[in-house]
Amino acid sequence: MSASHASEFPVPLASRRSATGIPTGRLALWWVLASEIVIFGGLLASYIMFRLHHPHWADEASHTNIWAGGFNTFVLLTSSLFAVLGHQAAEQGDGAKAARFLRLTVVGGLVFLGVKAVEWRGEISHGFTIYRDLFWTFYYTATGLHGLHVLVGMIVLWLVAGDAARGRNLHRVELIGIYWHFVDAVWIFLFPLFYIAR
Amino acid sequence: MAHAQQQSFWSRYVFSTDHKIIGLQYLFTGMFMGLVGSFLAYVFRMQLAFPGEPVPLFGVVTPLHYNALVTNHGAIMIFWVAMPILIAGLGNYLIPLMIGCDDMVFPRLNRLSYQIFFLSTVVILVSLFVPGGGFGGAWTAYPPLSASAQYNHTPWGAPLWLIAVALEFVAFLLGGINFVTTVMNARAPGMGPMQIPIFVWMVVIASIVFMASVGPLVAGAIMLLFDQLLGTHFYDPKAGGDPILWQHLFWFFGHPEVYVVLLPALGIVAEVITVFSRKKLFAYKTILYTAFATGIISFFVWAHHQFVAGIDPRMAHLFTITTLIISVPIAEMTFAFIATLYGGSIELRTPMLWALAFIAEFLVGGVTGIFLGANATDIYLHDSYFVVAHFHYTFFPIAIIAGFAALTYWFPKMFGRHMNETLGKIHFWGTIIPFNFIFLPLFVLGAAGEHRRIYSYEHFSQLFTPGLQNLRVLATVALVVMLLFQFVFLYNFIRSLFAGEKAEENPWKANTLEWLAPSPPPHGNFAEMPTVYRGPYEYSVPGRPLDYWPQHLPN
Amino acid sequence: MSAEASEATRHPNYVRVYLTLLVLFAISVLGPLLGHPWVTLVTAFGVAAVKATMVAAYFMHLNIERRYIWYLLLTMLAFMGLLFAGVAPDVLSQGGQNWRHVRPAQSAAPHH
Repeated sequence: MSASHASEFPVPLASRRSATGIPTGRLALWWVLASEIVIFGGLLASYIMFRLHHPHWADEASHTNIWAGGFNTFVLLTSSLFAVLGHQAAEQGDGAKAARFLRLTVVGGLVFLGVKAVEWRGEISHGFTIYRDLFWTFYYTATGLHGLHVLVGMIVLWLVAGDAARGRNLHRVELIGIYWHFVDAVWIFLFPLFYIAR
Repeated sequence: MAHAQQQSFWSRYVFSTDHKIIGLQYLFTGMFMGLVGSFLAYVFRMQLAFPGEPVPLFGVVTPLHYNALVTNHGAIMIFWVAMPILIAGLGNYLIPLMIGCDDMVFPRLNRLSYQIFFLSTVVILVSLFVPGGGFGGAWTAYPPLSASAQYNHTPWGAPLWLIAVALEFVAFLLGGINFVTTVMNARAPGMGPMQIPIFVWMVVIASIVFMASVGPLVAGAIMLLFDQLLGTHFYDPKAGGDPILWQHLFWFFGHPEVYVVLLPALGIVAEVITVFSRKKLFAYKTILYTAFATGIISFFVWAHHQFVAGIDPRMAHLFTITTLIISVPIAEMTFAFIATLYGGSIELRTPMLWALAFIAEFLVGGVTGIFLGANATDIYLHDSYFVVAHFHYTFFPIAIIAGFAALTYWFPKMFGRHMNETLGKIHFWGTIIPFNFIFLPLFVLGAAGEHRRIYSYEHFSQLFTPGLQNLRVLATVALVVMLLFQFVFLYNFIRSLFAGEKAEENPWKANTLEWLAPSPPPHGNFAEMPTVYRGPYEYSVPGRPLDYWPQHLPN
Repeated sequence: MSAEASEATRHPNYVRVYLTLLVLFAISVLGPLLGHPWVTLVTAFGVAAVKATMVAAYFMHLNIERRYIWYLLLTMLAFMGLLFAGVAPDVLSQGGQNWRHVRPAQSAAPHH
């Protein structure tokens, strides 16, 4: 993998050392996710406090679309499966197959965002805007921040898939997969917090 | 490495991925912002000493000016001076050298980190000149003042300030991930966890503490930005929001942040005092474990900033106890440093003077913190100049004194030349003596009940204590004297860059790996990658002809 | 990367994990339909925790990663628990705030 790099960017010796035994990219990714946990954690901890403090939020929450949210949970779980199958293919050295799975994951992200757009549109047209109540402010902020992560993940997935199809940087298939699973795991908590509990 | 010579100026110094160049970029940006922050302090101190008089180089200070000056002085000194110099600048420059590798593990991420930081610097500077002026809601940015332009009168300044701080956080998150990963994975062969120099450990612990504490504030900043720009009501109590929530999210980060900058400063002191007392660092493991303890306990103390905010008094008691507990590990480290000095062959070079001054001055800051950490006394002293004096006795040693210790100590390595020792000592005494004359009067003023963040006491007869005006003037005069002495440093720094006495590889006869590299180190750092055989502080080992034993020498 | 080849043999059957996740997902949607608050709590949030742990363990491969990565991520979660514990007394209940005297009858009135 370093041979293909050398022409573009001289990889320092430091990047190739691994005193912990964990590849450097993956180790850094765990730290990224650690810092993401506290960002979402701070937002959701604030939301939970307000939620418990304001009993009427349960009524507001009953206006979220549980079927749209549920379908999106299913979509993200499925796209996670594609991502991990892509990782398996990349481990076996099959870049083309890995790229196919990663692109299916991107399709999953597209479906997710599409459903989200329709859902938001319906809610806004029924008067459930970000200003209606603090519940809806949290709802749009939290799902919006999560949607932003989905969007970023899709872009990087697409780039990594392009590389993988040419058999380059196959180790990155695992890394973007781990990120994607994290985004999935965040949604696993957002779904009950904003849709189911009412 | 030969191609490094052919690179253009731009790719070599501006868009470089070399950790040393990026470190110097951070360092110089931090020093420049230090001048900006000092200028702001000069203007508002002049206003306090001579209210209403035009300030030379600025003019008449209006109330909105005053608020913007105070706010941005605080924010700039912490986020654009202490953080870039102590963590990003020195961390970038020294970590790969001290752990014996050629660069950071993610050089391009490192470059991106500086570029984002540079952008944040531009945004904060621009925010001072937009219509309505710079943000004036204090560096803590409490809502509702910060959330609504109706209250703060800075429709542009407030969001730009918040965006600048958020960009700065992103830059330091990227940098922190790079530091931690580099130290975990890229150490020289043979360098176990207990052979890592204390400074490197401190930057790593600080980066982790930063990473873990800043998340809720990032979320909180998004919420505040929405309140400012979209008109949502996260912090608006009349719409079901809660302004106290911001205070909690802010201080959950804000207090660990104190330790984020303190720990690298302690690391610098540890490196300097061992070299200039020619003694092994006393209790390496104790210092390391107390640093970890400090990092963890720092998450349990945040609400001591909110004793008068109307928080639950039962919680206030808990936070008093945890706050007093955190002085234990810090005291332990101070004792370890004093024990290191005890019986050493102390050589009072300029870096050593700064390091000793750090211990002495920080002690004052730490001891006065006890009064503010205890809720009963804090309710009286809160929001008075006692608080201002207290945290300047902590932050000034951290950012300025330790910063100068590091600059003077590593200058020969960074630039291959020595700084002038006489000028260095003139600058040292010219900084330390006025520093105490600025902030000791403020303790007195605060104990007498003088409120901070007041534009002119003539507007508030109840707060005005005319008998104490002389102390305000004394503090301001001392500040001006101190600032004038900084020109000695600037002259010495710039002159030494070009005409200083040439420095060899290891002028201080130190053990750590950065002194093995040429001065200044070339791209790639080491001619031959070092292997580590022992800990970093083997000075005056009995039975050896030399009083130091570098880490890379085989037995 | 020969180490990864030996790890590959320890990989779980991803499709089976996926199907388990779907079953759990169905439980989390159907549970609250019973309308009992405790059932909702367990089926919605208990199941979410199980699902997230499964995703982390099998899809993110934390089960074959170094143990301290678990500790790292769980420490971050613990800090969020700490944040909640420290902030909730102020934001969630105003019991300790005494700058305004609210009579019990008033405080029981609905919001707004």
